[in-house]
Amino acid sequence: MDILVPVITMTALGFLFSIGLVLAYRKLRVEEDPKIEEVMEMLPQANCGACGYSGCRAFAEAVVQGKVEPSGCTVGGESVANDIAAALGVQAGEIIKKVARVHCRGTKEAAKDRGFYVGISTCSASHLVGGNKQCSYGCLGFGDCVRVCTFDAMHMNNEGLPVVSEEKCTACGKCVDACPRNILDLCHLSQNILVFCRSLDRGPTARKVCKNACISCGICARASPEAIVMEDNLAIIKDYKKIAPEHIPLIEKCPTDAIGRLSKDDEG
Amino acid sequence: MELVAIFVSAILINNFVLYYFLGICPFLGVSKKIESAFSMGLAVTFVMSITAVVSWAINNWILIPYELDYLEIVSFILVIASLVQLVEMFIRKISPPLYQALGIYLPLITTNCAIMGLALLASLNEYNFVETVIFGVGSGLGFTLAIILMAGIREQLDLAEIPEPLKGAGIALIVAGIMALAFSGFIGMIT
Repeated sequence: MDILVPVITMTALGFLFSIGLVLAYRKLRVEEDPKIEEVMEMLPQANCGACGYSGCRAFAEAVVQGKVEPSGCTVGGESVANDIAAALGVQAGEIIKKVARVHCRGTKEAAKDRGFYVGISTCSASHLVGGNKQCSYGCLGFGDCVRVCTFDAMHMNNEGLPVVSEEKCTACGKCVDACPRNILDLCHLSQNILVFCRSLDRGPTARKVCKNACISCGICARASPEAIVMEDNLAIIKDYKKIAPEHIPLIEKCPTDAIGRLSKDDEG
Repeated sequence: MELVAIFVSAILINNFVLYYFLGICPFLGVSKKIESAFSMGLAVTFVMSITAVVSWAINNWILIPYELDYLEIVSFILVIASLVQLVEMFIRKISPPLYQALGIYLPLITTNCAIMGLALLASLNEYNFVETVIFGVGSGLGFTLAIILMAGIREQLDLAEIPEPLKGAGIALIVAGIMALAFSGFIGMIT
């Protein structure tokens, strides 16, 4: 029978407080737009922040208030944007599918090691001490980008470079932030010519440390002067849409393959 | 005089954050801006004061007369959780931006050990009603003081050159340690 006293006491206390809360809720209830919840359910719930808001909830609020177009969610892509647009009766907005690209071809074989690195096996740690590769701009190969990817869209290939799956990549940009050497970038999916090097070293040095480095010979820039420029010993594609089809064979004459089309190896 | 001693001691000497090391979670989490730190301090002060009063009442009118003091922790949790719910509803109604700024740390006051510590310490020290109220308000103000000082320092830290590995949580914890050291200078002020 002794057990009854505490049971009754706690039940009574709990009841008392819940009545208090119910009364308070009646007074303090906040009316919220039910559309926010509706949009929320359509979103991918990745909370990745690719849209520029602090999470899916914040994005849903912004969409409902009309501050941003439904296409702002790159992760959901076209289908989600269209669903939201239909539910809210607004325009979905233009969707440009982007994908993360690896701008380095410094494979284990091509880019020589600077020494034998035995520190913490992350790119950021290796980068702090100058990196394990001779090239001070290239991929370090420890896969920090692969680890931050929440969509399972990246993996390291046998040659020690990260590979992005076009299908799975949602262009959230986490890998771009994770890479201490800024090798990753979000590019339009349709961009077929890329520069696979970030080295600002001068030609001879660049060639010495990596077989696939841009040696700033300028062949590509002469082939397509409107689209490609040489800056700081590196070819830069200013506007890939200006690369005419007839320029492509000339660009592909690159002696080190530092610029060109994506090959099978670069895709997932 | 006794009351003044309890009040000053709760704010400066036995500061919950810097002496007992309770409530570190919001202390580090919401101390990036002075305004939100101040609001957090006020929310905690409110919850602490009311918790002190309600838990005193429950303890002295229900638990002790019926010899149920083993239910102390459970019933205090009930009090704290309900009060935090109340504060959450209130802030959400009054100021949505503040609700956003406090974020997860507002419901987390529920599990803030500083509040539970306050209720348990008050009953351990066998304070009477007035003393409990003073102790609750003082402890809340002590928390507010600590979190505002911390936020002030961290706002300055944003501009300082901090070694790469210490950025963020590292330097914040070092700062908290130095603050605790400074506050330990108050020990012995009231004997």
